[in-house]
Amino acid sequence: MAFSSEREKLNLRKRHARARGFAFLCALVTWSSVLILGILLFQVCIDGFGWLDWEFINSFPSRFPDRAGIKSALVGTMWLISLVAAISIPVGVSTALYLEEFAAKGRLSKLIEVNIANLAGVPSIVYGILGLAVFVRYFALGRSLISGALTMSLLILPIIIIASREAIRTVPMSIRYAALSLGATRWQTTWAHVLPASFPGIMTGVILSLSRAIGETAPIIMIGALTFVAFLPAGPMDSFTVLSIQIYNWVARPQPEFHDLAAAGIIVLLAVLLLMNATAIYIRSKTERRLK
Amino acid sequence: MSNYTSRLLFTATILMAGTILLASCSQENTGSPTGSMAENVLSGVVSLDGSSTVYPVSEAMAEEFRNVAPDVRVTVGVSGTGGGFKKFLAGETDINDASRTIKDSEIAEAQANGISYLELPVAYDGLSVVVNPSNTWVDYLTVDELRMIWQPGSIVDSWDDIRAGWPEQPIRLYGPGTDSGTFDYFTEAVNGESGASRPDYTASEDDNVLVQGIIGDENSLGFFGFAYYKANAGRVNVVPVDGGNGPIAPDEVTINDGTYSPLSRPIYIYLSASGAAKPQVRAFVEFYLDMAPSLVSEVGYIPLPESDYIAAKAALANF
Repeated sequence: MAFSSEREKLNLRKRHARARGFAFLCALVTWSSVLILGILLFQVCIDGFGWLDWEFINSFPSRFPDRAGIKSALVGTMWLISLVAAISIPVGVSTALYLEEFAAKGRLSKLIEVNIANLAGVPSIVYGILGLAVFVRYFALGRSLISGALTMSLLILPIIIIASREAIRTVPMSIRYAALSLGATRWQTTWAHVLPASFPGIMTGVILSLSRAIGETAPIIMIGALTFVAFLPAGPMDSFTVLSIQIYNWVARPQPEFHDLAAAGIIVLLAVLLLMNATAIYIRSKTERRLK
Repeated sequence: MSNYTSRLLFTATILMAGTILLASCSQENTGSPTGSMAENVLSGVVSLDGSSTVYPVSEAMAEEFRNVAPDVRVTVGVSGTGGGFKKFLAGETDINDASRTIKDSEIAEAQANGISYLELPVAYDGLSVVVNPSNTWVDYLTVDELRMIWQPGSIVDSWDDIRAGWPEQPIRLYGPGTDSGTFDYFTEAVNGESGASRPDYTASEDDNVLVQGIIGDENSLGFFGFAYYKANAGRVNVVPVDGGNGPIAPDEVTINDGTYSPLSRPIYIYLSASGAAKPQVRAFVEFYLDMAPSLVSEVGYIPLPESDYIAAKAALANF
């Protein structure tokens, strides 16, 4: 024990130093990305805060920066996200449940799995082209909210499916065995036990994917969302615009006032995003508590 | 079973009530009781799409038209001149915003689809050639010199390649990307062929990026729309262009009277025959031409001479 205590001490010190170094590196990486985000947000707030008032929220776009607002874009975004959620969540979660709980683990389900994983990596503009060909032209839905929502749903479905499957997989087998041994059918087991238990994980996937959908511009432009819309959509068949397009248009303008308006638009977009996430997190924590 | 049906019915009722609520809410917001009696009866949709260069003009028109005809829904999209023509020639839009004239291939498509149209010039846009403010040597450039710089296979690498006596410093070029109408027009006016350009320049579809690039680079030379120069005058220097009659700098007067040549171009709207058959579309285009002299300059473009608008209105009346 005693014959190499000096060396051991030295060794131990070195190892501790290395551990501290690694921890420091991790912290540095974390904080630098937070810092960059902070600087960006700070810059956006400085530029946009002065333009942010009720007038801005409640006006249609205009060539005068003082009069321009994001009413049609904000309402369009809310319509779109609601429709996307209504379409993609049931389809995505059902698909995940089928693949995890019902489908026979064979070559076919393997094929579907690989395809879904690949679809998650397809660039968003490709979904835009697909949406244009299938929903706008073939199904003749026109350049409407519903076309946009269906296209966006396709875009985020792979993410929802993958996240939901991961969540479903974390539900212990013992819960399924217990339910089945008490005489529950497979459907009852899935609906009453597996789904509620995996719900928080599914919600996380839903939050992430809807956040992605709210910021996407390319596929929405492709399927023909407009830039100047001075009315609110009355139904899913109406034409529309969304926040990201309005922001993009303002950033590209020559006059610097419009760049500040874009910053104000970004603040509103972030606020909508935060509100959405907060709601989802609230629902998640509610359901988590119920399970205990 | 009946329990299930009643629940389904309940859900459907709620959904319908929600839709009606949203619909009535938005109707309340689109209407305003101003406007003359004659134009108050106008309703329906006017759909525009196309060039991002023309967009600010069409946006201003759409905005003002709401005061005249509040029940007409004017929508303006931005998918580029070419992208807009695709929709226009498929009969999906009434009007296309274009920063260039229609191409032969597009004319052929129009004939194949049985679409007839009317070309209406609405304003001038002057392409501005600009340099960094600390560039003290460039006093003007001739069109030949511009061609020497921008032509495909150009060997101009430093400023003294252009004119003897200019510093032996590398020249760095900035310009719009190949998808833009501005690029098409510049290459046609300078290099003689639309789309022909040296490829080794910094390209961006966003003119603000070009402005930033030129501000940050002492040896830069670039070109973009006049509106972007006007918004950044003082931060970039405009270069007068000699098209054969001495160096002329672009401004409201020289672009309007045509002396700033060849780098000023008209921008257009294209009206389809099916669009012109709708009263609200026709009224909108008449309004567009009436208001152009005053609204065009508000958004950074230069109005056409008065006679051009009169000619355009006459063409519209006969279409």
